[in-house]
Amino acid sequence: MKLAVMVNEGPYQHQSSDSAYQFTKAALDKGHEISRVFFYHDGVNNGTRYAVPPQDDRNITQLWSELSKKHSLDLVVCVAAAQRRGILDADEAKRHGKSGDNIADGFRISGLGQLIEAGIQADRLVVFGD
Amino acid sequence: MSETIKKFLYVNRKAPYGTIYALESLEVVLIGAAFDQDVSLAFVDDGVFQIAKGQKTTDIGMKNFSPTYSALGDYEVTKIYVEKESLEERGLTPDNLLHLTYEDEDDDYAEKDSIRFVSRAELSDIMDQQDVVLSF
Amino acid sequence: MAMLHTVNKSPSERNTLDSCLNHAKDGSSVLLFEDGIYAVVRGSAAAGRLKEASGISLYALGPDLKARGIGDDQLVEGVTVVDYDGFVDLVTRHENVQSWL
Repeated sequence: MKLAVMVNEGPYQHQSSDSAYQFTKAALDKGHEISRVFFYHDGVNNGTRYAVPPQDDRNITQLWSELSKKHSLDLVVCVAAAQRRGILDADEAKRHGKSGDNIADGFRISGLGQLIEAGIQADRLVVFGD
Repeated sequence: MSETIKKFLYVNRKAPYGTIYALESLEVVLIGAAFDQDVSLAFVDDGVFQIAKGQKTTDIGMKNFSPTYSALGDYEVTKIYVEKESLEERGLTPDNLLHLTYEDEDDDYAEKDSIRFVSRAELSDIMDQQDVVLSF
Repeated sequence: MAMLHTVNKSPSERNTLDSCLNHAKDGSSVLLFEDGIYAVVRGSAAAGRLKEASGISLYALGPDLKARGIGDDQLVEGVTVVDYDGFVDLVTRHENVQSWL
């Protein structure tokens, strides 16, 4: 089946991102397709490459980046939510006159339409949030 | 934009301003309108507070986004379900809510109510029939 | 059309479980995960509420039970414990999914 996932919360603050990650990994291991993982609300904070979590615990952003690379996942960070919270790619940074960008590997910034499209195209869409 | 038409339900259960979910879920609905899907909104539990009339936010320093609900009709979002029990349990009546309408192009653009007051049991049935349920 | 409902908040923290059970139709399934698993602790107030919802198939995510130190011997009757694989299966086996947040 084709599954889409929505992540509404940031890393560590809530278990949402972890649960979404474990679900995504299990679905892929079972041979399902994860057509898109869409990060909304504080979920966009999963997409910053500047997190430096303690070494003895999981690095959530890195886990998503690695999973994305391994399975060619489409990890999309909502542009509107990202702008509010300061997650930028190079284009966004340039457009808004910011000194740098921080989007992590494997993530891309795009519009809310990507969420709706994911809902239309997938067989199921599962939301992880608070 | 798409040939597939799915039933999308946006479920709102949280109060406005205390968290961003009300505002950002509304943004999804507005953007989503361009995809010509079969869209419904549900206001349940504290979500009914999102469409309370008379919101004045100057003193909390936040933007009053409640006028945006009135634009939903222009975006062809005409099925707005408000759960009766959720209103009653919160001491509200339909009079406390914004009057949300749309213009029915199939009926000479007659102005009609977008809000449909439904019981818990009716909303249960509506939820069951959806293809995609977005919760915030 | 059987729906899968998920609840991830503790029944003593939020009204999410109550709201879910108020809307879940007979024949549907409810999966408790994250803090939602506390609802299946035998003897809890929520467990009583779950017992009344006899038309619903009840599931709890094993990894979240284990993480929180809830043993198999503490669970209410009638709950099926699943892992993330099982979570995925529940999603694909049901017509649609609703996450109660």
